[in-house]
Amino acid sequence: MTLATRSGQAGLPRGRLAENVLHFVRVLRAAGIPVGPAKVIDAVAALEVVGIANKSDFREALAAVLVSRREHLPLFEQAFDLFWRNPKLLEKMVAALLPRVYGRTGEQAQEPEVAARLAQALSPPKRPDDRPEEMEEVELDAALSFSPREILQQKDFATMTADELREVKAMLAQLRLPLHEHPVRRTRSARRGSRVDLRATMRGMTGAAGAVAPLAYRRRVRRPPPLVVLCDISGSMDRYARMLLHFLHAITNDRHRVHTLVFGTRLTNITRHLTHRDVDVALARVTAAVDDWAGGTRIGACMADFNRFWSRRLLGQNAVVLLISDGLDAEGGEGLGFEVERLAKSCTRLIWLNPLLRYSGFEARPAGIRAMLPHVDDFLPVHNIASLRELAAALDLRRPRTIKPPAGASSRGA
Amino acid sequence: MTAQVNPPNLPATVDATVDLLTAQDYVAERRLATAVFLALKLRRPLFLEGEAGVGKTEIAKVLAAGLGKPLVRLQCYEGLDTAAAVYEWNYPRQMIEIRLAEAAGEVARDRLSQDIFTRAFLLKRPLLQAIDPDDGIAPVLLIDELDRTDEPFEAYLLEALSDFQVSIPELGVIRAKEAPVVVITSNRTREIHDAIKRRCLYHWVDYPDALRELEILRRKCPRAPERLAREIVAFTQRLRRMDLFKAPGIAETLDWAEALLTLDRVALDPQTVADTLGVLLKYQDDVGALTPEVAQRLVAEVEAEGIVL
Repeated sequence: MTLATRSGQAGLPRGRLAENVLHFVRVLRAAGIPVGPAKVIDAVAALEVVGIANKSDFREALAAVLVSRREHLPLFEQAFDLFWRNPKLLEKMVAALLPRVYGRTGEQAQEPEVAARLAQALSPPKRPDDRPEEMEEVELDAALSFSPREILQQKDFATMTADELREVKAMLAQLRLPLHEHPVRRTRSARRGSRVDLRATMRGMTGAAGAVAPLAYRRRVRRPPPLVVLCDISGSMDRYARMLLHFLHAITNDRHRVHTLVFGTRLTNITRHLTHRDVDVALARVTAAVDDWAGGTRIGACMADFNRFWSRRLLGQNAVVLLISDGLDAEGGEGLGFEVERLAKSCTRLIWLNPLLRYSGFEARPAGIRAMLPHVDDFLPVHNIASLRELAAALDLRRPRTIKPPAGASSRGA
Repeated sequence: MTAQVNPPNLPATVDATVDLLTAQDYVAERRLATAVFLALKLRRPLFLEGEAGVGKTEIAKVLAAGLGKPLVRLQCYEGLDTAAAVYEWNYPRQMIEIRLAEAAGEVARDRLSQDIFTRAFLLKRPLLQAIDPDDGIAPVLLIDELDRTDEPFEAYLLEALSDFQVSIPELGVIRAKEAPVVVITSNRTREIHDAIKRRCLYHWVDYPDALRELEILRRKCPRAPERLAREIVAFTQRLRRMDLFKAPGIAETLDWAEALLTLDRVALDPQTVADTLGVLLKYQDDVGALTPEVAQRLVAEVEAEGIVL
């Protein structure tokens, strides 16, 4: 059953263990934990030292060698439990997982949650060409890249398969938000600069033999400004919010000073949850923390909350605000204009990303949109990966404001 | 570390801490006094967060006065670096020293660098002053508005605060003989990193309740007649319950009391409130929310009910 019994089978040649370790490492690699080939040798060496009589020692030894990041530990634990068991049981478990991966029935809540990508790593590539054309669509439209069946599923991010996830993640991982770097007041030594570095110069004078002291310089450090993301997760935004969370996870972990809040009927700060580097864990935590998924929208009230309780804490040091919302407000834009104006005045740049903007016939008719539009600095689409790429260009703060309502849109604030 | 012998002037109990603060006209709530007591006893920095104008900075001043220690203040701002916060070499003096050495025909450069990177050429900035005080008395170190600086400085503070030592490459490590009393304040315009907070005792300084605020007003502004003081406190307490962007702090209450005294008012009336609102509220939206009708209603309530506890 467990390893203990396995080790009890004295007849087993030692080569089998090495082989098993090799397979285990391959499973880990397939599940996304980067484990190099050299690690296999290390792992076997470690097992020789630790011995295989005690399963928990065995597990810890493998973990010590094979896992080098904390966020991979949960995945490792699951993989370990699944792998170092009776292979028959493993097959059964994988089989039981399959319906969850390919269209979940919802009845198996008691089953231990196994990350979909791990299940896929453990199962042979049975149907690799099941839906190849959908993968292509990811490029075109994030919202349509998943089958309608999946869109209707509950918000369990783990049910994305590793392929889909990898596909999207690969694209999202390339997305950087090259916010224009502001000069800050901190300086660092540089070959050329505006200030003389007296300390370095002085040290040079005492050390060098020449009569002329070369001047050392400092110049100002440049840093990207803090970024605050406010993402709408109400019912009308649901299809996008799911994809955007991956995007938000990517940019939250890309650099410091990114804060992410989501709002539907109330405002939730999910920065801490998103900072877990493993996207599965991060999104699971977000889902647990947010309880107004796909509900109504009270943009005005949520903006007021943000202004009162968060803006002073997050919008210091020239922050840029990314507001992701379709602007469809259940309260008809009540008080929204006032709050968005205050928000716009509290930050360096207010960028509104609106998925509705992809429709060529988009008109700024809903009251919420009309209330918000006059105050934002940029108004851009956000419906697919391509538009997220364009976003990067729009975030260059040296550019002038780019409110560019499409041709069909009525004049702002009319 | 220093031995756990209680220096004579440090308070021995929470009650003694309350007395110490009260003696300096600082009316502290029990929780704050406990935090201060623990900070002194455990020699941990005290991290104070709260809205502007609730008396965070004042605690450090009061502690310094009460304990008879000098106050060393480090005001934080963006771009604060070691040259401004910790130490700087006295470059003009060093340069003169080099010139003199050259004029005297001194050529041994190794000796020269040993000579000009000594304590005599070191300019102590607040942090180093606190760790290595000239008079040998460990001061109260106030690191004010830490949220205004950036993360790199926070990271630097970690070393200084956990071991009370500063490393200077040319000189070596300077360690505090006696740990200074450290008070850090933040207005929360930015989240301070957990690593800093972990090393400190945290206290959220809240707005005071009516009785405490009245007590503060009596002590800080003894000229105010009793009735006016009660009305001022009752009014500001009510203001804080309103949906304002920035509620008035104690500093505003005291300013307002001074303003009303200057205008020779002995009681509140709606017109006076409207005329002096700029002392209390600093946002146009908040001033706008306090329409004459609202002011009238509040004044009427204050007159009818007095201080509501």
